[in-house]
Amino acid sequence: MTLLFRGPGKVPLTLNVNGEDVAVLVEPRRTLLSVLREELSLTGAKRGCGRGQCGACTVIIDDATVYACLTLAIDCEGRRIRTIEGLTDGDQLHPVQDAFIQEDGYQCGFCTPGQVMSAVSLLEHNPHPTEAEVRDAMAGNVCRCGAYPNIIRSVLTAARMVESTKEG
Amino acid sequence: MPTIKKTKVEFEGRIEEREVIVEEEHIERWARDATMQVVGKPTPRVDGVARVTGRAVYTYDVQLPRMLIGRFLRSPHPHARIKSIDASRAEALPGVVAIWHHDNPPPIAHLEGREVFDEELAYEGAEVAFVVARNERTAEDALNAIEVSYEPLPFAYNFETATADAAPDVLTGVDNWIRREGDVYERGDMQAGLSDADVVVELAFSTPVAAHCCLETHGSVAQWEGDLVTVWHSTQSVFGTRSSVANALGIPMDRVRVICDYMGGGFGSKWGAEAYTLMAAVAARETGCPVKVMLSREEEHLVAGYRPGSQQRVRLGAKRDGTLTLIEQEARVATGAYGGDGPVIGGPANDLYRCPNVRTVVWSARANTDHARAFRAPGYVEGTFALESAMDALADKLGMDPLALRMKNYAEISPARNEPYTYKGLRRAYEMAAERFGWADRESRLPREEGPWRRGWGMASQIWGGGGGPPANALVKLLPDGTAEVAVGVQDIGTGTKTVLTQVAAEELGLPLEAIRCVVGDSLPAPFGPGSGGSVTLASAAPAVRSACREALRQLMALAAIMLDLADADVDDFTVQNGEIVYTPDPEKRLPFTRAAAKMGNYMIVAKGARGPNPEDKAINTFGVHFAQVLVNVETGQVRVERVVAAHDIGRVVNPLTATSQVYGGVTMALGYATTEARLIDPDTGLQLTANLEEYKVPVMADIPQIDVLFVDEADVEANSVGSKGLGEPPIIPTAAAIANAVFDATGVRVTDLPITPDRLLPLLVKARAEQ
Repeated sequence: MTLLFRGPGKVPLTLNVNGEDVAVLVEPRRTLLSVLREELSLTGAKRGCGRGQCGACTVIIDDATVYACLTLAIDCEGRRIRTIEGLTDGDQLHPVQDAFIQEDGYQCGFCTPGQVMSAVSLLEHNPHPTEAEVRDAMAGNVCRCGAYPNIIRSVLTAARMVESTKEG
Repeated sequence: MPTIKKTKVEFEGRIEEREVIVEEEHIERWARDATMQVVGKPTPRVDGVARVTGRAVYTYDVQLPRMLIGRFLRSPHPHARIKSIDASRAEALPGVVAIWHHDNPPPIAHLEGREVFDEELAYEGAEVAFVVARNERTAEDALNAIEVSYEPLPFAYNFETATADAAPDVLTGVDNWIRREGDVYERGDMQAGLSDADVVVELAFSTPVAAHCCLETHGSVAQWEGDLVTVWHSTQSVFGTRSSVANALGIPMDRVRVICDYMGGGFGSKWGAEAYTLMAAVAARETGCPVKVMLSREEEHLVAGYRPGSQQRVRLGAKRDGTLTLIEQEARVATGAYGGDGPVIGGPANDLYRCPNVRTVVWSARANTDHARAFRAPGYVEGTFALESAMDALADKLGMDPLALRMKNYAEISPARNEPYTYKGLRRAYEMAAERFGWADRESRLPREEGPWRRGWGMASQIWGGGGGPPANALVKLLPDGTAEVAVGVQDIGTGTKTVLTQVAAEELGLPLEAIRCVVGDSLPAPFGPGSGGSVTLASAAPAVRSACREALRQLMALAAIMLDLADADVDDFTVQNGEIVYTPDPEKRLPFTRAAAKMGNYMIVAKGARGPNPEDKAINTFGVHFAQVLVNVETGQVRVERVVAAHDIGRVVNPLTATSQVYGGVTMALGYATTEARLIDPDTGLQLTANLEEYKVPVMADIPQIDVLFVDEADVEANSVGSKGLGEPPIIPTAAAIANAVFDATGVRVTDLPITPDRLLPLLVKARAEQ
């Protein structure tokens, strides 16, 4: 096993973000969140707390949600990073996004990108979640405005929309 | 033409008669049974796509070329004096652009009469130094490299310690008391109220310090172009920010533009310019680069305000039949080192029930914390918890149904103002909620016991203002392709203001929602609008939008009349139906809206509208009732709220979809207040123990009960031309009492100290069992 020590100065990284390889030059101490926001101008993911307590920075890496505020960018090389900006296909919204609009699954909207990413990941692993499974899977995303009942509805509606697309 | 008028304006429990400049509205009120195309229909937000795609730009997301980052070094002590500061190591770091502090003050060093960098630091988190650096990491490195020597001073961290004999000065040389005599409201004769009573209950309560926890922390970005400054500010008041920035910087108002396009929650804590706003503006001017300052989550807890905790006592007297003879409420609050009078905790006691003899008093004092701020229904949340818990205790003592006791003391006219209401639908709300909840047969529907769990049911009522008033203005432009721009000087803090104002404009103009672009949250294009507080936004701004749209249509109708060869016709004889301008005396004469607009070419119709005055000698209030069902584990003290039914009277509901969201939000925030949330301060160090989102426990999805939301939905036609009142605050008011009352119903234990955590409840349960 080779241990690779890099830093403390800036090091070149190649990150795969929303299907594209991007090269950045950043200090090893940089979080994925700060690199996404400041280097790549992907400001959808938010910092609500900076210590993994609110979920506003949730992105999907490979097939799992992570808190981008607790993830070092340097640890993400060779992995597939998905952010809210990569969800839409042109102007075509992802069913989860559509459902959040229909069901008013937000209020101020600051936590919404994180909520949406958690919901997308949940439905990828469990296309037909029960309400209890939604509550459990999304308990890591704080919504201080208290849009929770409509967020639950949004996820359940999105599950039905995905299903009907498949049938159609 | 504008005129000067006296009008009564209510704001967060305080009623003021103000002289305001108003324009008489030449507009018919929307009738109670008016047929509506858009208003009253569940309408998804007009800016939904921006919100779900991450494209919505919050202050936190503003990124500008050459932008620098500002951060504060803050006091690690609850009370201290700076002995010395050495910033030389920090200044030498590459990427550090500027540092200001007490020994090197910024060119503009005062904000609202206070030094930004004072020698005396009166609370944990007080500003010690400000660093501007190329990026956040460098700014943080610099903060760590500043060496400060502090002289710790004695401190008082709450009301009790600040008002004790021999309490230390919270602020050197300043009286710790703010209102030593108390803020008193009184009517009737308390002695008579007591002697008339057959039954008296008296209880003591305490409520926690509650933190707003806006998910977007407080922050500003400032950019100068010459002598013009643009400030992006996460705020509930773009106009309040404009004037406070202009005042603090000593520059004319027209040099300042304030933008708040999207904002991540305020709940009462985000108003005008603060130290971070001023320092962003000063630093941007001095460095020639845009500067952004966002508080960290910890700073948000330390310096961004809170609902003050309270110690309360309530005494109620009643006749055997439940008729109230006496309401007495006392409250003690600490509002911080630089705090104000404190909230109107006695508001609900003064105004919710018909009772001849009422006395309420709030004493306030300083303490070594940051200052308390308005927090969603300030005072009313704390006051209603105590009042409505006491009402429940009274019902229990009288052997009366809690709902029947409320009905018995129903106020047909405003008790505090002794004036009729424009409309009051609380009785209807009681009926709707009781029916949906199954209040009458609650005992027979579900078991009282499930293993260690005991089930109980409780309810509580609520009163609030939310009538709004002048001044509020709107500007409408009709464009040649038949679309319209509506600019209003309010902001959408997440409640859906932009959407409901678009609905009102669409309704009035007879255009589809898609043909209207509503601009809020920008002080430059929009005429003045009020801050988003006191639940006033909709009731203030929507009538102004209607009025501006009506004026724009009158101008368009005058042109349409000429186009239809009806030059002498009265413009009021035209209406817009399905996109066509129709001459009502002869409906054959019609013209598509788009054709009339196109004919204008580049002549643009620009119309302004203003909010008319409130009716004289009438009280405008909002009302509601919450019913709660809880399970209490008598072995662990755990409380699980199973269900809340909320019914609210807010006049006409413009958008049932977003209105329902407001109620979910209020109930959820109240659930945290009732069961989990408290800002804790260590008595030995005076430092916060809960300055993060893990130890300060806000509700998460797993905690949320089933919430049923009902609206009386009767237009309050006397209140304003739209018939709507505010909803931001009402739904957080009654929930905590409803939950506590349900806990009592389940266990026979009345918890009078919030939050109802297992460590509080379990000893009470054990004690009650021992006494059985």
